[in-house]
Amino acid sequence: MCSSCCNAQQEQVRRFEKVCRILDKHQHNPSRLIPILQEVQKEYRYLPEEVMAFIATSLGVSPAKVYGVASFYANFALKPKGKYVIHICEGTACHVKGSGKIKDALFKKLNVTPENNTTPDMLFTVQPVSCLGACGLAPVMTVNEEVHGQVTPEAAMVIIDEIIKKERN
Amino acid sequence: MLTDMQTLELIKQGYDKAVKPIQHRIIICAGTGCVANGSLKVFAALKKEVEANGLTAVVTLEECNEGQIHLSKSGCQGFCQMGPLVTVEPEGILYVKVKAEDAAEIIKTTLIDKSKVERLLYVDPAHGQVCHTQKEIPFYAQQKRIELGDCGYIDPEDIREYIARGGYYAARRAYAKMTAQQVCEEITASGLRGRGGGGFPTGKKWALTLQQKSDKKYVVCNGDEGDPGAFMDRSLMEGNPHRVLEGIMIAGRAIEADFAYVYVRAEYPLAVERVRKAVEDARALGILGADVFGSGMAFDCEVMEGAGAFVCGEETALMASIEGQRGMPRPKPPFPAQSGLWGKPTVINNVETLACVPLIITNGPGWYRECGTQGSPGTKTFALTGHVANTGLIEVPFGSTLRKIVFDIGGGVTDTTGEIDPDAFKAVQIGGPSGGCLINEHLDYPLDFDTVKKIGAMVGSGGLVVMNNKTCMVQIAHFFMRFTQNESCGKCIPCREGTKQMLLLLEQIMEGKATAKTLDTLQTLAEAVQKGSLCGLGKTAPNPVLSTLNYFRHEYEAHIFQKRCPAGACKALAIPEISAELCKGCGFCAKKCPVGAITGERKQPHKIDADKCIRCGACAQACKFNAVAGV
Amino acid sequence: MNTNGTNEPIILNGQPVVINGQKNLLELIRSAGIELPTFCYHSKLSVYGACRLCIVEIDGMGVVTSCSTVPTPGMVVRTHTDQLRKMRRIFLELLLANHHQSCTTCDKSDSCKLQELARQMGVTDVRFPSIPKDMQADTSSPSLVRDPNKCILCGDCVRACSEIQGIGAIDFAGRGATTVVAPAFNKDLGEVDCVNCGLCASVCPTGAIVPKSEIEDVWKAVNDPNVTVVAQIAPAVRVALGEMFGLEPGVATTGRIVAALKKIGFDKVFDTSFAADLTVLEEATEFIERKTLGKKLPLFTSCCPGWVKYAEQYYPELLPNLSSCRSPQQMFGSLAKTTLPDQLKVKPEQLYVVSIMPCTAKKFEAKRPEFRGPAGADVDAVLTTQELGKMIKQAGIQFHKLTPESLDMPMGFKTGAGVIFGTTGGVSEAVLRYAHEKLTGTRLENPDFTDVRGNTGILSKTLRIGDIYLKLAIVHSLSNARKIADQVKAGNCDYDLIEVMACPGGCVAGAGQPVSEGGEVVQQRAKGLYEADKTLQLHKSQDNPYIQQCYQTTLEKPGSHKAHEMLHTEYNSRKRLCGSAINLSEGSGDGKLNVSVCVGTGCYLRGSQTLLTQLLDTAHTKGIDDKLHIKATFCFEACTKGPTVKVGDTIIEKCDLKTATREIDSQLKVRV
Repeated sequence: MCSSCCNAQQEQVRRFEKVCRILDKHQHNPSRLIPILQEVQKEYRYLPEEVMAFIATSLGVSPAKVYGVASFYANFALKPKGKYVIHICEGTACHVKGSGKIKDALFKKLNVTPENNTTPDMLFTVQPVSCLGACGLAPVMTVNEEVHGQVTPEAAMVIIDEIIKKERN
Repeated sequence: MLTDMQTLELIKQGYDKAVKPIQHRIIICAGTGCVANGSLKVFAALKKEVEANGLTAVVTLEECNEGQIHLSKSGCQGFCQMGPLVTVEPEGILYVKVKAEDAAEIIKTTLIDKSKVERLLYVDPAHGQVCHTQKEIPFYAQQKRIELGDCGYIDPEDIREYIARGGYYAARRAYAKMTAQQVCEEITASGLRGRGGGGFPTGKKWALTLQQKSDKKYVVCNGDEGDPGAFMDRSLMEGNPHRVLEGIMIAGRAIEADFAYVYVRAEYPLAVERVRKAVEDARALGILGADVFGSGMAFDCEVMEGAGAFVCGEETALMASIEGQRGMPRPKPPFPAQSGLWGKPTVINNVETLACVPLIITNGPGWYRECGTQGSPGTKTFALTGHVANTGLIEVPFGSTLRKIVFDIGGGVTDTTGEIDPDAFKAVQIGGPSGGCLINEHLDYPLDFDTVKKIGAMVGSGGLVVMNNKTCMVQIAHFFMRFTQNESCGKCIPCREGTKQMLLLLEQIMEGKATAKTLDTLQTLAEAVQKGSLCGLGKTAPNPVLSTLNYFRHEYEAHIFQKRCPAGACKALAIPEISAELCKGCGFCAKKCPVGAITGERKQPHKIDADKCIRCGACAQACKFNAVAGV
Repeated sequence: MNTNGTNEPIILNGQPVVINGQKNLLELIRSAGIELPTFCYHSKLSVYGACRLCIVEIDGMGVVTSCSTVPTPGMVVRTHTDQLRKMRRIFLELLLANHHQSCTTCDKSDSCKLQELARQMGVTDVRFPSIPKDMQADTSSPSLVRDPNKCILCGDCVRACSEIQGIGAIDFAGRGATTVVAPAFNKDLGEVDCVNCGLCASVCPTGAIVPKSEIEDVWKAVNDPNVTVVAQIAPAVRVALGEMFGLEPGVATTGRIVAALKKIGFDKVFDTSFAADLTVLEEATEFIERKTLGKKLPLFTSCCPGWVKYAEQYYPELLPNLSSCRSPQQMFGSLAKTTLPDQLKVKPEQLYVVSIMPCTAKKFEAKRPEFRGPAGADVDAVLTTQELGKMIKQAGIQFHKLTPESLDMPMGFKTGAGVIFGTTGGVSEAVLRYAHEKLTGTRLENPDFTDVRGNTGILSKTLRIGDIYLKLAIVHSLSNARKIADQVKAGNCDYDLIEVMACPGGCVAGAGQPVSEGGEVVQQRAKGLYEADKTLQLHKSQDNPYIQQCYQTTLEKPGSHKAHEMLHTEYNSRKRLCGSAINLSEGSGDGKLNVSVCVGTGCYLRGSQTLLTQLLDTAHTKGIDDKLHIKATFCFEACTKGPTVKVGDTIIEKCDLKTATREIDSQLKVRV
C-alpha cells in the first residue's frame, strides 16, 4: 500500500486508501498534481478539502498551492456536483443562436444561480461553459456526456422534465 | 514489434486481404455532431438490417472474415448540420439526416436493389439540384480537403486502416532515412506555418529547437482548442488521431526529442479517448517505443487531459499546466525552444499543424506549395458557423476568398428565421476572441495569414462566425470581451483589470449610459492592453473591440449619441412599441405591466409610455398576438 | 544566450551604457541611475513579469518588460517615451479603479508604493469606473492583518513565502478577475502553516498584508495611572528606527529611543540585549553540556520564533535538538514579571511589559500559552519598530530634537555580545565568546569571531577552540533552514551548533522594521550593530555584572533548576493546518441531527443519489426536516458496501431508506 503517506495519522491512511493508490501510481510526483486531482475527483466526484490537504502533505507541497491549482481550473469541483451535470455552451456560435435564453431558462427552472449551481437534492448542476466544440449544432447543451444540439429553451425544459420524471419513478 | 522495414507493408497486406471479400462499406459519421443527432442508433439499425437481409455485417476487419458488408464509424465529416451522414461505398452515395427508421429502406434500396433512396439525398437549396455523392454537394465540391480528407472516411480506432492508406510511412522515412536537419529543412521548404494563431513558420521553430544542446527535449502537441467557435482540432483528434500522432513523431525526430505530451482539452472526452487509443495501438505495434523503425531512437508519448482553462492554449501556460502548476503564462523570452518544459528545449505545435506534417514528408514540400499562397502555403480548415446556411467544418486553400467560403461553400447568409437572405451579410468574425471582423469590402480579399493580419484581424485557429444585419457589433465585442475577461488568468494588470474595464465600458454603451468620452477611453485602454499585456491572450483580447470600433464606429456612436441600437438588438435602447395593426385591445398587457406604462381603451390599440417602461418584457409575454416589440 | 562578454554597450535613451554582467535589463537601467517603477520585481525573487510597469521600448522588439529581458550588446532602449508613460499611467489607473481607496486611513499610507507611483507617474484622475472589492479582512493571525481589498496581485508575498521561506502558506487562488492571494482553502492566516515571519508584509507594496498593530493597547496601558509600563528594546530596533525620522540606516539611536519612550509615558526602559546576555549563558551551558557529555547534537538555536514554529510544523522529530532556551524576549518577560514587582513596588498584575521588536513573529511568541504566568502573559504587548515610530509621531515627539537618555538599570545593562544578536551570525558569535573561555579556561583577548559574520545563506565553519573542534552552521531564511534540517534528519552532517534566523539577514531585516528596499539597508543596520559592540565597554555576556548578580539573587547558576523553570521551555509538534484531521462527528452546531449521504462514485453507482432524494422527501412528509441536517458528503471509502449513510455518529453501510429512517427515528427519540 501507500508507503510514504503512512507517517500521517493511521486514521487518515485508512480513510484515504484510494488517494494513496492514486498517489502511488503517480510516484508521488508533484508535477503530476493535475492528473492526480483529476483521478481523485473521478473517485470522490469532487475535491474535498481534507483530501486536498492530504495530497499536499503527501506530495510535499503546500496545501495553499494545491488549492491554488484546484481553484484555477474550471473542471475541478470544490463542492459536490449533482447527478446530472448540465453544460450549456456559451461559445460564439451558440451565443449568436441564443444560448443565453436557454441558460436563463435552466437557472430559473432549477432555481439555481451561477454561484450556487447545484440543486439542493443534488440532482442537477448547471454550468455554463465557454465552448463545447460542437458549433455546427449550435446552440448546444450536454447532460453528463450526452450532447443535445439545436436546443431551444422549451426543448431544454422537456429534457429536464424527463430526467425528473425518470428519477421520481 | 515493428523493428524491420517491412512490417508496415505486412500490415497493409493483411488489411487488404481482409478488405477483399467486402462488397460494400457503409460509413456512418460518428463525429460529435452526428452522434448528438443519433448516428449511433442509425449504426445499430443498419447493422440489424444488413443481417435481416441475409448479408454478413463486419464491424472489425479480420483477415479471416467472410463478411460482405463493412460497417464503420468515421470521425467528423464536417457537414454537421445535415447529420447523421451515411455514405455507401464504393458508389459514394451520401445520405443526409438519416434516422434509424430509414435503415431498412437504405439497405434494401441501395444494397439489394442497387438503387438510391432519393428522399435521403441532399438537395442544394439554392438550385434545387439533387446531389448523389459527396462530390456533387456544393459544400464539399468547393473545398480542398487535404488535412481533413481521411477524417470522414477511415475508422479512427483502427491503426491498420491508417497504415493501409499509407500511414506511418512518413514517420518511417523520417526516422530511418532522414537526418533531423533534413526533416527541419523539408518542413521549412514547405512553408508550413503554425495553425494555433500566430502563424510562425514551423520549420524555423524546429530548427531553432534542434540547435539547442540538451540531454532532454520535448514535443508538446497543443490540443487545448479553446476558441469558442472552432473545432477543427477536435475533429482531427477524433477523426484521424494517427495522423496527428505521426506528425508528433516526426516533430520529435526533427528536434531529437524522445518524449511528447499531447495536451487535450477536457471538454473533448472522445478526443482524449481516441488519441489515448492511438498511442496505445502504436505502442503495441512498436511504432512508439525504444527503437523507432529500427533507427535506434526512442520515442514515446503521453496524453494529458486539460482541466478547463482557456489560457492553457497559450504555450507557456500550457507548459505550466503540464508541470502541475496554475496555468499562468510567463514572459517570453526565453522561448520554449530555449527553455520549455522543466527548463528543457521544447517544441509546441498545434494539432492541425502537426497533422499536415506527415503529408509534407510523404509528398514533398513542392506538392504542399501547389495550393495556397506564397506566404501561406497549403490549406486551412475553418469552422464555419453563425448565420450561414451550411454550417460545419471546411477546408480550403489559403488565399481563397471570404465570398467563396460564405456564399459558395456556406450557401449564403441567413436571416433570423434561418432563411437565406442575399442582402443580410454584415460581417464575419474571424479568429475567435483574438481575432477581428471582416466586412463587405473584404469579401474578395485572399484569406491568408498576412492579409488578415493587415486588416486588423487574425486567422487564429480558424473560427469563422458569419453575422447577419440583425447582429449588434457592440454586443459582439461585448460577447468576446466577456469571454476573455472570464478566461483571463489574472496575472498581469492590463489583461486582468483592462478586460474588466473594457467590459464595463461596453456595457455602458449598450445601456445607453456612455458619453463621448467613453469611446476615447475605450480605444486608449484597448490599445494599452494590446501592447502591454503579458501573453498572447491579453495582447489579442482587445482585437474584437478595436476591429469593431474601426469598421462599425457609427454603430457605437449611434448607441452613445442617439441612444439607438441600429441592429435593434440592445434591449436597454429598444423603443417599446405596440403594433396598432396587431393589437386587438384585449388589455392583457396593461394588466401585466408592473409599472402601469400601458394604456388604452378596450378593443382599441394600446400604447406604451417609453419613459415609464422598465423593459421587463411581461407585456410581450402576455400578448397573444405578438403585437409588442422592443421590450 | 549570454552575450555579456563583449564590451559593446546598449544604447539607453541615446546614451551608451555598458552591460557589465547585469542579469536583466531592469537591473542594468537602474544601475545606470534610471529608476523604473515596478511592483512585482524583487532582486531576490524569481522574475514574474505581471505588473508591466517596467516596460521599455526596444528597437526591433517593441514594448517589452525590462525585468524579463536579457540585455544584449547594441540593444537600443528607451524608457520614457510618450507611449510608455501613457501605458504606465493607464495601468496605475486600472489598479486604482479596483482598489479600496481608503488611503488616508490605511496603515501603509506613508509607505505605500501604489500611492507613491501614482503620484510619480502623474495620475491625477482615474478615467475608469470604480469597481470596489468587498472582502473581509483577515485578523486571525496574532502577527499580521491581511486585507484582500488592497491587494494588487503582484504576487511578491506568494513568491517570498515559497521561494525564500520555502513554506507557501499563501498562494493565488481562483482565476482571472476573482483571483485572490489566500491561505489554503481560503482559511484564515491564523489557521494555517504561516510562521508569522512577516516577509510577505515586508515585500507587500500596498497595505494588503501589514503587521498587526498593538499601538492602541499600549497607549491604553501607558495612560492608565494604575499600570506600570516597562519596555524592552531589541538590538535591531536601535539601528533602524532612525530611518523613519530621516536618519541613515545603521545609526544607533538608543538614547533617543529611551527619551521618546519616557516622553510617551513608559515608566522604565530596559534592553532586550540584557536578556540576550542571559540567553548566551544558558544556551552555551546547554551546548557545552551536550557537547562534552556526548548528548544530542547538533543544537539548533531557538531565539527566532519563526524558526521555532517552522520546526514544530515540519520537523517535529528534530525538536529535541532545539535549544530549550526561551528567546531573549521571553527570558526578559519572565524575569521582569518575577523580579520587577518587588523592585518597583507594584503588584504583578499592574506591571505591563512591552517589547519593541523588529519582528512580527514575536507577537505570536508573546501569545504562546507556555509563556503565561500567574500574572498573565510574560510579555503583554509587542510593538514593531514601525509601530514605535508611529507612536512617537502620534505623541508629537520631534525625534531629531531629543536629548538621549540612559536605559534603566539593572536590565538596561548589556555587553556587545547581547547587541550583535540582531544580525545573522550574532548569536553564534556571542555563544562562542562564552564557550571559548569556558572550554579553554583562558581569557579571550580578541572577542571578534569574524569567521561567522557575513551574509551567506548557509555559512558553514569549523572552528578550533583549545583542542576541541566545533562545526557550526549559520543559516538564515527558512528555505535554507530546510536544507540543513533535511541533512540533519538524514544523518549526513556532523554540525555541533546551528543558528537559524527566519529573516534573510537576521533580525535587522525583520518584518517589523521600517519599509526598505534592497540589501544594502540591511547590511548597514548590521554594521551599526557591530559598531555598537565596538563602542561598548564589555563584549562578553559572562562579563555582564548584572547578569552575575541576577544569578546570585534569583537564578542560582546557568542551567540550574530555577533557571530552567524561568528561562527554558518545551516544544510541541504542530499540525500544519487547523481542522485538516478528519472530524468524524462534524456537528452543525444548531442542534440538528446530521445525516450525511455519501455521493462518492461507489455509493453513487449503488443508488445513493436516489436515497438522498428519498430521505429529503421522507423528512418533508414526516414534517421532521427542521430537526435534520441532511447533506451529501464525500466518500466514506466503504464503497463495496455502499450506499453509506451517516446518521449522527453512526455509519450505516449498505443503507436503504428503511434502515436510514429507522436509525433517524431512534436517534431523534433519544434526543427528545
